[in-house]
Amino acid sequence: MSTDSAPAAQEPDQEPDQEPDHPATHAPPPGLVALFLAFARMSLAGFGGVLVFARHAIVDQHRWMTADEFNETFALCHFLPGPNIVNLSMVFGSRLRGIAGGVAAFTGLLLPPTVIMTVLAIIYARFGDVEVLRRILAGISCAAVGLLIAVVFRMMMPLLKRMDVVVLTLMLGVFVAIGVLRLPLQAVLLVAIPISIGVTYWVRRKVAA
Amino acid sequence: MNSENPIWALISTFGLMSLFAVGGAAAAVPEMHRIAVDVHHWMTEKQFADAYAIAQLSPGPNVLIVTLIGYAVAGIPGALAATLAMCLPTALLAYYVSRLLSRPSQSRWPALIQTALVPLSIGLMAASALILAQSTDRTFAALLLTAAVAVLASVSRINPLWLLLAGGLFGFAGIV
Repeated sequence: MSTDSAPAAQEPDQEPDQEPDHPATHAPPPGLVALFLAFARMSLAGFGGVLVFARHAIVDQHRWMTADEFNETFALCHFLPGPNIVNLSMVFGSRLRGIAGGVAAFTGLLLPPTVIMTVLAIIYARFGDVEVLRRILAGISCAAVGLLIAVVFRMMMPLLKRMDVVVLTLMLGVFVAIGVLRLPLQAVLLVAIPISIGVTYWVRRKVAA
Repeated sequence: MNSENPIWALISTFGLMSLFAVGGAAAAVPEMHRIAVDVHHWMTEKQFADAYAIAQLSPGPNVLIVTLIGYAVAGIPGALAATLAMCLPTALLAYYVSRLLSRPSQSRWPALIQTALVPLSIGLMAASALILAQSTDRTFAALLLTAAVAVLASVSRINPLWLLLAGGLFGFAGIV
């Protein structure tokens, strides 16, 4: 069960760590089953996004990472491509328990909801044309879009407060290119990412100078 | 629908898409929509909007809308193939990068790149909202419901699940 060939484990495993009331110390690294169960639990609790639950479980509940370590790990996963929280499970699990830990966390995060989703897909394929279900789903879709707008709005607030014209133009440009003109994502990002990185670099140099 | 193997089409589509999906699942929705509805005709507009609603309503990472797309294309094998293709390659990439940068704060480039990506990912998510709104909000009542949820969720800390269920109730009552 336990693989002690963990290559990426940050903490030396022989440290027994007996002071759980000290907030800066870590709890002892969890076993693979514990990792799997913890990620399954936060995944199943996470309606409309898992991040909040993941942070609570990892930092507050289990104390497997400090708040700073969690932020650093999440920042890394955020700037890498792919679903952030899925990346986080792999990176987090492997930091504690090596690649096996990464796989345990990854599987815990994805397996239970994938099973649920597949069952829902089967139900939808059979009953999706039933009038009542159609109406209910239509109502839920409207609400789901409203939730997405709210998230976008909340993320946009800091940018709007700073009134940084360049940043807002970049944001609007991507919105128009993808949302209105419906251009392919790859093409848009291939142009937008270098421009944005270049602008950010240039602005920071100007501020530093 | 496709002459080529649909499983392979799913794997290559979502595997490639995940590598470009910077900014999370919500930012990838427009591209999923473009591929699934416009390019491959795997789903209709309505089915895609339903899939998005189901993915929001069920627990787990929101990226699992790909499970529903995969199922629509090729049944249970399709659901598994799409999910793994979307999640595994980037998770492995993250694993290797995290091993390379054992101390991510050493260089200022990760922070700079992250700052640079913020407006792009918000723009992408706003585009997702527009595309989904165009397929769901076909009546004035529907538009009103979306707007009401957007305002409520922006100003209060109400659990999103209640808003989704309220939407389902309005739909059940035949209002939207």
